[in-house]
Amino acid sequence: MSTDHYKQSFLTKYIWSTDHKIIGLQYGITSLVWLLFGFSLMMIMRYQLAYPESPIPFVGSLFGESGILPSEMYNSLGAMHGTIMIFLGVVPLAFGAFGNYFVPLQIGAIDMAFPKLNAASYWMYFVGSVIMAIGFFVPGGAANSGWTSYPPLSNIATTGQTVWLLGMVMLITSSLLGSVNILVTVIQLRTDGMTWMKLPIFVWTQFITAFLLLLAFPPLEAAGVLQLMDRLAGTSFFMPSGLVVSGEVLTNAGGGSPLLWQHLFWFLAHPEVYVLILPAFGIVTEIIANNTRKPIWGYKALVYAMVFLGFMSFIVWAHHMYITGMGTSIGAFFQTTTMIISIPSVVILTALLLSLWGGSIRFNTPMLFALGFIPMFGIGGLTGLPLGLAAADIHLHDTYYVIGHFHYVVAPGTIFALFAGIYYWFPKMTGKRTNETLGKLHFFFSMIFMNGIFMPMFVQGLAGVSRRLWDGGESYAHAADVLYLNEVMSVSAWLLGLAQIFFIVNMIISLFGKKTGEKNPWKATTLDWTDTTSPPLGHGNFEIVPTVYRGPYEYSVPGDEQDFTPQSKKV
Amino acid sequence: MSELTPEQVKHHIKTYVLVFVSLAFLTIVTVAISYLDLGVVEGVVLALIVASIKGSLVACYFMHLIDEKITIYWTLIATLVAFLILIFVPLSTMLAQAKI
Amino acid sequence: MDIPYTVKNRPDTGLYNGKLGIWLFLASEVMLFGGLFSAYIFLRTGVEQWPTGSEYLDIPLATLNTLFLITSSVTMVMSWASLKLNDFKKFKIYSGVTLLLALAFLIVKYFEYTHKFHVGYLPSTNNFLGIYFTMTGLHVLHIIGGMIVIFYFWIPGSKMWKEDSERFTNRIEIVGLYWHFVDLVWIFLFPVLYLL
Repeated sequence: MSTDHYKQSFLTKYIWSTDHKIIGLQYGITSLVWLLFGFSLMMIMRYQLAYPESPIPFVGSLFGESGILPSEMYNSLGAMHGTIMIFLGVVPLAFGAFGNYFVPLQIGAIDMAFPKLNAASYWMYFVGSVIMAIGFFVPGGAANSGWTSYPPLSNIATTGQTVWLLGMVMLITSSLLGSVNILVTVIQLRTDGMTWMKLPIFVWTQFITAFLLLLAFPPLEAAGVLQLMDRLAGTSFFMPSGLVVSGEVLTNAGGGSPLLWQHLFWFLAHPEVYVLILPAFGIVTEIIANNTRKPIWGYKALVYAMVFLGFMSFIVWAHHMYITGMGTSIGAFFQTTTMIISIPSVVILTALLLSLWGGSIRFNTPMLFALGFIPMFGIGGLTGLPLGLAAADIHLHDTYYVIGHFHYVVAPGTIFALFAGIYYWFPKMTGKRTNETLGKLHFFFSMIFMNGIFMPMFVQGLAGVSRRLWDGGESYAHAADVLYLNEVMSVSAWLLGLAQIFFIVNMIISLFGKKTGEKNPWKATTLDWTDTTSPPLGHGNFEIVPTVYRGPYEYSVPGDEQDFTPQSKKV
Repeated sequence: MSELTPEQVKHHIKTYVLVFVSLAFLTIVTVAISYLDLGVVEGVVLALIVASIKGSLVACYFMHLIDEKITIYWTLIATLVAFLILIFVPLSTMLAQAKI
Repeated sequence: MDIPYTVKNRPDTGLYNGKLGIWLFLASEVMLFGGLFSAYIFLRTGVEQWPTGSEYLDIPLATLNTLFLITSSVTMVMSWASLKLNDFKKFKIYSGVTLLLALAFLIVKYFEYTHKFHVGYLPSTNNFLGIYFTMTGLHVLHIIGGMIVIFYFWIPGSKMWKEDSERFTNRIEIVGLYWHFVDLVWIFLFPVLYLL
């Protein structure tokens, strides 16, 4: 697609752009806004949890005269917080933004394989997110049956659930098209010399993530179609016979199975969590190599571990369903695969840790977030083990222990990696530098308060406090001793929110700062840094399309005059 | 496929006609089988076998899979594995449940 | 600069981008219909009573429909082969016939559906009908989508043949792959829903 010499209007250059960098920025900005919104929903919920049935400050007027958050609304906020953070926030940022912007650059391509499809994918995501937002304004409010939307509850829930389903169909389609684009781009558009085993780990993670999305998302789309039929056409795919709601026996045909939804949902949602973590692994790997000034330890081990992880992620999903009465042999099968899948994660974390040994470590902001990621993801992963063991899971399922576990992997896990990526690649995207002091303040306070929110959750969970309770466990005797932690977690959450101001302010003042003229301030080795300007050239990225001669992390090569050797430097 | 010569295409056309005739014939076979008095399991297995043969003909010849490249094969193998997991694993959880 | 391998094959993979792209997309479609087939199996094995197709469905009509779709698959691949042989007129004829056969399929489905509604067989009546309407309905949506694209290349988009014949031929190949897949789904859907 020749894009050299023609004038573009503002619309085609910035709105309907087919340039992967603009589209990456569109995904990035949209997803950051959604992350902030999803976070705000949680801050409201945490007020109710800390001070049950007290009027919510600032936004209380949205909830009626008393200002107290009603329980149905609490459920909506909960379901939408999960949905928004995962599908409108983290995945579009990790995959849509970082993937689109940096995969072509790192493989030496002038754009993605299908630029128009890329633009369409972004706009479908945007429309899908608007549809999700509309859910808040329909009678009964937004979806309120959990982000997991289990029937029969979700089948009989208010209109917001239908809106959720329609939004999901749009978002899933956007994701599928984006996956096709990344896969074809990586397979077909690698520049000369860029063999598979010379790819930056970041590109490998995006590639595997794309495969997971491609094969795992459609069954959820199928389930969404089935639930839409149940809700709109009166079918009984997920409705068992003889269901009684509010004292009345339902008149639908019955014969359906709520477990069918769970299977189809978790068939996606388990690989989805690897979709959430793989890009983070990729980003952290880039930053660690760059800031230790040495090659990554175990490049091959990382690649094989990640591929194995991707494959295994398809056969563990029913560990979310241990207590559905599956039968012990099937339960044992899933328990075994779940234990096995912890191995590649350990290999990956070990490789990252070993990469630090003997390094000349630079403690800049991206590196702080990348280093922080390691123990945080470690805690998240380790706390997953009791959940993966069926016997222990009987006690821990649907308690706050689960919430603590998955937030550790995704919040001080993935989101820290994404912040690391933003600080790392900010100079490439803008030609400017961020403020290191603000960055470090952002990191230290975020680190403290993330732990303040999520560590107590393990304590509450072990005491038996269930998740999704509007009153935070107040009405249960077994929760009495750990109720005080609700206030601790809520205050941590609000302080974490305040700590993000350092980030927002940093972004704004840095964007208005001076261009430094440096194209590779971090002295990195990968093509995105070495072979194009900062910001990269508008059309085609490269003045001269680079040829690759070396691996991606040739730092401190003996005999070289510099401590980094670009991939494109002739041998 | 962009490197096919006109002669090769003409040869392919003969194959397409043959495949078409086979597909039409197998469709009649499929319907005929359904009128036989078979048990559920036999009926399902036979129907799936015939459908798989028809599907393979469409895939191999109309979709040119038979001379396709290895990248496509790997994609389809991965897909097949995921597909089989999706079909058989939920079913086995259901069957295991029934035995309790 | 132009994106490489949009028309010519990349040497190591032997593929052009669109060919790989459509196969990947079809992989996701296999999983989409796979999800529905899995649902069918799960629902059917979960109950003691499940009607046979003949109780509700018209088998001769559906057999005819199957033959329509199979024939449309042949005419679709013939339209591509015609382009490879530089016969644009034949391409137009075969494309047109493909569209006609697809339309015939839709018309038969229309009669099937309206007859059922008329006698009170709705998706909500029982799960057999529910899954029947859902799966064939989604399949119909895929047929309509395919028809729109085939029509586009038949008339408005066909001028690309004059500008870049190789690229146009590749696009028809890609459309053909999608269309054959839609036929493939029906090859499994037909016995599963109608005959078992």
